[in-house]
Amino acid sequence: MLRVEGLHAHYGRAHILHGVSLALAKGEVLCLLGRNGAGKSTTMKAIMGLVPPSAGAVLLDERELAGQPPHAIARLGLGYVPEERRIFAGLTVSENLEVGRRPPRAGLQPWSADRIFALFPALATMRQRAASRMSGGEQQMLAIARTLMGNPTLLLLDEPSEGLAPVVVERMAVAVAKLKAEGLSILLSEQNLGFAAAVADQAVVLESGSVRHTGPMAELMRDAELRAKFLSV
Amino acid sequence: MSRCGAGVRSRADPALDTLVIQALNGLASASSLFLVASGLTVIFGVSRIVNFAHGSFYMLGAYLAWTLVSHGPLAGLGGFWGFWGGILLAALAIGLIGALAEMTILRRIYRAPELFQLLATFALVLVVQDLVLLFWGPDDKFGPRAPLLRGAVEILGLRFPRYELFLIAIGPVMLGLLWLLFHRTRFGILLRAATQDREMVAALGVDQRLLFTGVFFLGSALAGLGGALQLPREAVTIHMDMAIIVQVFVVVVVGGLGSLPGAFLAALLISELHAFGILAFPRITLVLVFLVMAVVLVLRPHGLLGREPEGAPPASEAGQPLPGPAPRWLRGLGWAALALLLALPPFLGEYPLILLADFAALVLFAASLHFIMGPGGMASFGHAAYFGAGAYAAALLARHLAAPMEAGLIAAPFFAGLVGLAFGWFCVRLSGVYSAMLTLAFAQIAWSLAFQWIEVTGGDNGILGVWPSEWARGRLAFWYLSLALCGLGVWLLRRAIHAPFGMALRAQRDSPLRAEAIGIDAFRIRWLAFALAAAAAGVAGSLFAYGKGSVFPSSLDIPRSVDALLMVLLGGVQTLSGPVLGAIAYAGLQEQLARLTDLWRLVLGLVILALVLFFPSGLAGALQRRRGA
Repeated sequence: MLRVEGLHAHYGRAHILHGVSLALAKGEVLCLLGRNGAGKSTTMKAIMGLVPPSAGAVLLDERELAGQPPHAIARLGLGYVPEERRIFAGLTVSENLEVGRRPPRAGLQPWSADRIFALFPALATMRQRAASRMSGGEQQMLAIARTLMGNPTLLLLDEPSEGLAPVVVERMAVAVAKLKAEGLSILLSEQNLGFAAAVADQAVVLESGSVRHTGPMAELMRDAELRAKFLSV
Repeated sequence: MSRCGAGVRSRADPALDTLVIQALNGLASASSLFLVASGLTVIFGVSRIVNFAHGSFYMLGAYLAWTLVSHGPLAGLGGFWGFWGGILLAALAIGLIGALAEMTILRRIYRAPELFQLLATFALVLVVQDLVLLFWGPDDKFGPRAPLLRGAVEILGLRFPRYELFLIAIGPVMLGLLWLLFHRTRFGILLRAATQDREMVAALGVDQRLLFTGVFFLGSALAGLGGALQLPREAVTIHMDMAIIVQVFVVVVVGGLGSLPGAFLAALLISELHAFGILAFPRITLVLVFLVMAVVLVLRPHGLLGREPEGAPPASEAGQPLPGPAPRWLRGLGWAALALLLALPPFLGEYPLILLADFAALVLFAASLHFIMGPGGMASFGHAAYFGAGAYAAALLARHLAAPMEAGLIAAPFFAGLVGLAFGWFCVRLSGVYSAMLTLAFAQIAWSLAFQWIEVTGGDNGILGVWPSEWARGRLAFWYLSLALCGLGVWLLRRAIHAPFGMALRAQRDSPLRAEAIGIDAFRIRWLAFALAAAAAGVAGSLFAYGKGSVFPSSLDIPRSVDALLMVLLGGVQTLSGPVLGAIAYAGLQEQLARLTDLWRLVLGLVILALVLFFPSGLAGALQRRRGA
């Protein structure tokens, strides 16, 4: 479904990504792993067009995304949930969802506010609350919910568990698993191995902007040596 | 202010009914002001552009409405439809013009530094001024009375115009409509989201270009409507743009940039202040308004209802290190130019010598502004205050004490420096647009003093007979004097930039927190730099005064401040030779154009637009890039 080939990206003069390649099949969850600064977020931003790739290809169902503006990429079916959540603090929960709303996509069951509230019941009780007055976990749910309103075919989830209490992380994992069960393809980035292991099929390990390992998530979980090499701090 | 403003007295109890009528007049003005200010604040909220051309759209709205109502095809309809149709059509047309300006010009410079955007919108101001002159001529235009709203109603025994009552109502109604737009429509919700995080809105699949064009349409249409609705109240003149934009800036900044209720509140405050100020202190109403603005900003740096921008401030343009020593060819060129400036003048006529002396003063003026803008990182929209302070110091000494030129030249930097210390103490506490607006406010206070304190300053008639001493009266001698003083001034400013003081100045520009952490008192450094720049501008101002033999309030008005900004921005903010090149290019261009064509503003505006679009780092920056490449 998504194929990234030899992706390079720069921040100003700093060369961040050095030829990242990965492939994600339909309905799969692929997890980007790696230490802080390995290039996980930048890979996501480059796919989304927020950091224009300086070289390489990003193909969604064989359609080239690299070089297109972010709003066009979003319309083609990519839904991006940033690491910092970036919810609109001055808007209410309902208004945040409205910003994300896009027309239904052929072949997909369209997302509505009601369907969102069934997935995240906590949000249903605070429709008119200003987003600035929500907890971190609620904000993370809202960020995912807002993106779902655009009826994406592929979700880019950047560190959804970051900074959340363990019980909230668990709830988040349940929600992501539910989305996967409904057939949504997800590109995940995580530092929390437990979270990743619970939902991911495939793993791609990044280090210094390059891919160091690609394989099934289960295999990575079995191989302590591999984990120690790339992921231990 | 308004043609049918104060009511006609008919009965007793003068104190109370005068007050009531003045309050009502204030409310009517507040509504008009709010209409225009709401447009500016909405545009700023989304695009972060401080649109100088907003006043021009207001003026265009008034002219267009005049044509539509009295001469267009609609005028044939006459009566109700002829008038109100014309007003609405004018507003829509201005909205389209605003959208067009966004699509063709502003869209290309959203990522440029704030001041460049300002420069582009000011270029639009120049262009519109000449276009209006071209299409409508210099004469004032008078519109018809509004159908259904002619005549007056009786309030407390005083007759109060119906149209003013209508205006009083339209402000709150428009505030309500805008509130509905922003909270109950998808477009409005998207605009509010974009105000907070444009990039995230794009990542959610929203085409920002439509949002931006839409917001410019909305904001410009509001300005056009504001202008069109003035038609029955006051004459349409070619000075409407500058008159309104300053007031609107004050309203928007006092209310808090981007806040509609804030703009409404501030419009009320400013208009009532004006209405009652005229009764109590007829001579210093202008000073009063700007004084209130200064007090509000010092107490609430983000305006009455403004909020501090959320999250971290946008990554500032990494301040570039100073360019290394100039390459040999450039230094050679500099020395050659200096030699030419010393050797050639004896062979020049009177007029070129006058021009050269003017240029010298302008170069120092530009260099002094560059000193606080480039290394200091502070924008000043009111640098003319210090140029004017120097000029008036010299002129007042000459007029009241019959002091010779030497005394004036010595007093000018001290006086301007003191004014800079006083104003700067307030201005350097704030940052960004708010700081710039405060400098504008103080410059307007200075201008109002020069304009309204007639006993001392002569008001609009200025002060004449400010001549150089006997030895410098010849044009050649005066040129050498100008060259010496301005050269010295520019050289001293450059020395200061490279001295430890200049390093501290650049350090606090790049990171105030880190600078504080290593023991730099950022406030004092900024304050001193501000005063130093003011003193240098004062020298330039006094030389300018002696060169002309006279001083007028125009030496500290807004166009003069904008001149300085343009010179610095044209030259390039982050270069050392920038202000010198910029001053010569700008002053030369203006002078040549004024001689060649009556439409010099139009041409100058277009040239500035071209420069902003194609040379975003200024002339010196462009030279540097070529060298680097």
